[in-house]
Amino acid sequence: MTLLATERMKLFSTRSPWFCGVLALGMVIGFAGLVALAEDDPTTLGLRSTLFGWQFGLMVVLVMGALAITTEYRFGTIRTAFQAVPNRTAVLLAKAGVVAALAGVIGEVAAFGAWGTAKVLAPGADLAIAGEAGWRSVAGIGLVFAVAAVIAVAVGALVRQSAGAISILLIWTMLLENLVGIIPRVGDDIQDWLPFMAVNRFLGDPGPDPVMGPWPSLAYFAAIAAALLAAALVVVNKRDA
Amino acid sequence: MIEAVGLTKRYGKTVAVDNLSFTVPTGRVTGFLGPNGAGKSTTMRMILGLDTPTGGSVHIGGKSYRDLKNPLRTVGALLDAKWVHPNRSARAHLAWMAKSNRIAAKRVDEVLDIVGLTAVAGKNAGGFSLGMSQRLGIAGALLGDPQVLLFDEPVNGLDPEGILWIRKFMHRLADEGRTVFVSSHLLSEMALTAQELVVIGRGKLISQSSTEDFVAQATENTVLVRSPQLADLRAALGRAGVSIRDEGDSLVVSGMDIAEIGELAARSGAVLHELSPQRGSLEEAFMRLTGDSVEYHTDIADEAAALLSTEGVKR
Amino acid sequence: MTLLAVERMKLLTTRSPWWCAALALALTIGFAALMAATADARVPVTVGASQFGYTFGMVVVMVMAALAITTEYRFGTMRATFLAAPNRTPVLFAKTAVVALVAGVIGEVAAFGSWGITKLLAPNADLALQTPYEWRAVAGVGLVYAVAAVLAVGVGALVRQSAGAISILLIWSFLVESLVQLIPRVGDDIHRWLPFTMADKLITGDPDPSGRDVVYGPPPSDAALGPWPALLYFAGVAALVFAAAVVTTNRRDA
Repeated sequence: MTLLATERMKLFSTRSPWFCGVLALGMVIGFAGLVALAEDDPTTLGLRSTLFGWQFGLMVVLVMGALAITTEYRFGTIRTAFQAVPNRTAVLLAKAGVVAALAGVIGEVAAFGAWGTAKVLAPGADLAIAGEAGWRSVAGIGLVFAVAAVIAVAVGALVRQSAGAISILLIWTMLLENLVGIIPRVGDDIQDWLPFMAVNRFLGDPGPDPVMGPWPSLAYFAAIAAALLAAALVVVNKRDA
Repeated sequence: MIEAVGLTKRYGKTVAVDNLSFTVPTGRVTGFLGPNGAGKSTTMRMILGLDTPTGGSVHIGGKSYRDLKNPLRTVGALLDAKWVHPNRSARAHLAWMAKSNRIAAKRVDEVLDIVGLTAVAGKNAGGFSLGMSQRLGIAGALLGDPQVLLFDEPVNGLDPEGILWIRKFMHRLADEGRTVFVSSHLLSEMALTAQELVVIGRGKLISQSSTEDFVAQATENTVLVRSPQLADLRAALGRAGVSIRDEGDSLVVSGMDIAEIGELAARSGAVLHELSPQRGSLEEAFMRLTGDSVEYHTDIADEAAALLSTEGVKR
Repeated sequence: MTLLAVERMKLLTTRSPWWCAALALALTIGFAALMAATADARVPVTVGASQFGYTFGMVVVMVMAALAITTEYRFGTMRATFLAAPNRTPVLFAKTAVVALVAGVIGEVAAFGSWGITKLLAPNADLALQTPYEWRAVAGVGLVYAVAAVLAVGVGALVRQSAGAISILLIWSFLVESLVQLIPRVGDDIHRWLPFTMADKLITGDPDPSGRDVVYGPPPSDAALGPWPALLYFAGVAALVFAAAVVTTNRRDA
């Protein structure tokens, strides 16, 4: 608990999380507003089309998660942190926990904010959150953000450099996972098992005959995050600070 | 007490610290002296559990750093004053450190007061001058009221006022019965600050002794003699079997004290124009001891210049 | 000329451009190899398909270009540079020129390398470079990389932070441009005028005359202009960002 409080203090005593939080909310909610305002015929607006901006939020959360650890390396405070708490595993877990919690909150506020904004701006649209699928695609965004933040912290701890970590995370999520599908014959099969494609299955429509259902997809995404975090823990404990 | 036994750190083929053993006694200021690149910082990081030794071990009060519970309450350290987040306030920086070791929040204001940063506590650390950063680093070291304190080159880049402040501060800490281990590449500084000296060069131990002993051993005592009958005097001294060196129109004699030389001159009827004791400077002693072990030999001139340009204290 | 030489030395004496070049080549050529090796009769390999991975190379090149300037700010060498050459405008021009040239060379090597490995792995496919479309699809990659590098140096000089500059560049080129299409009514019209959509036009043609299925090659661009005007438009955007960078750098304290 002490360590969680420590990491919370560290995170919130710099501007970066505030900045990232505002940016993520602004992008997700702003996009919902844009979609709601631009649509002539509100009846064509669906729940998911107002939430498209979640991907912007995801990118911001990935950047925030990576920076939470890479800036510690950049400014040498990681050494102060390990000096104060030589148990590096505990430090990293606490940091991942705090960043994930913040990312989760950002995700929920962004999702429900976007939904509310669209409801206000396009009162004629049918935006009821109906059934398990409806709740999943709105409230699920927070869960996805939280797990994604853990991935970002793990990659950041492995790479230790802001530029490298951010490049890897963004290129992986935005480019690599999409382009893999293009490879003839095997592309689609590989894509089924890529982590952020699993997120799409969880938040959106899993499509016909999916490789796994929405909740197993989230579990799979979380398992990948856990594996990366475990790798980061091993490396950070081995490496000189 | 800090005890290092056979401490070794290798980076690939480079040996940064080579089988280093020393002890840092309780309640004194111990200087950790060596030229730049001698392995001082690496050693300090190994003491603090930041770097894992390739071989050997180091213990603080019998425990390795990683086994300490709430280590900031046992060991305080300032390795690099710039290890702060530039967009975090000084108070916030100390607050998270305090929290991590269950140190009461009011202690943060106490240490800010001790180092005289209360007025700027809310300012972002990125805007601090080197002197202020150094004070913030020291505040962090004092946070847990530890018995053992480590400082790595604390006076580097400070103005004379700052240097004086740190020097007095170390003595105060030692007077309070704490163990202080402070590294420097400036012998003149260490001579004023430290009571004990651990001297290393190229990662190897050169000597461990009290500062007084080190200075006495390391500096060579000679006598300068000037006389119109220099040739006669040289012959007489030669017969006495001491070593003589010509230096312009005078002789430098070692191995015979000043009174004996005077008596010898009187006996051989030589007029003396000067008979004066010469003390080697600490810098010379340090250079002589570590000269072979300076990592970058081309830097020796710079090193010497750096040593001599500091308000050098000759003994 | 001296400044160009200086910037060339600065760029090539650190590891990052070598890393980036190796990575860009490995990704593009590797992707082409993957495409060619897995192709079968139903999915014929075309010149267009051999350039599928070119966006990979482009991101890496943009990261390299942004880092070329942000690391100077990060390590304070920008001040040393401005001490050595107080007139900042030529410094920025020289740096941008060198980075763009390196990016262009990486692009050409990547493109012809991808084409070559495809030819090697799929000897029966029709990969002759004959029509202007085919030449643009391959040789155009270097041009797009060079212009993208100018844009990235501009953003880097404006933001002065690696993390910020890279995030802006990547999120803009991959996410903003494609998500804009989801805005009802106006989305598609906006999308046609966005810079990277324009850059795509040079490579993917107007339309791809080989008549391939759109999924077997980079998706054809819906940019509002023809291939060459589209490249000019992309260059215009890069020039604007770069001009803003020059003005700000001159005004700002180093």
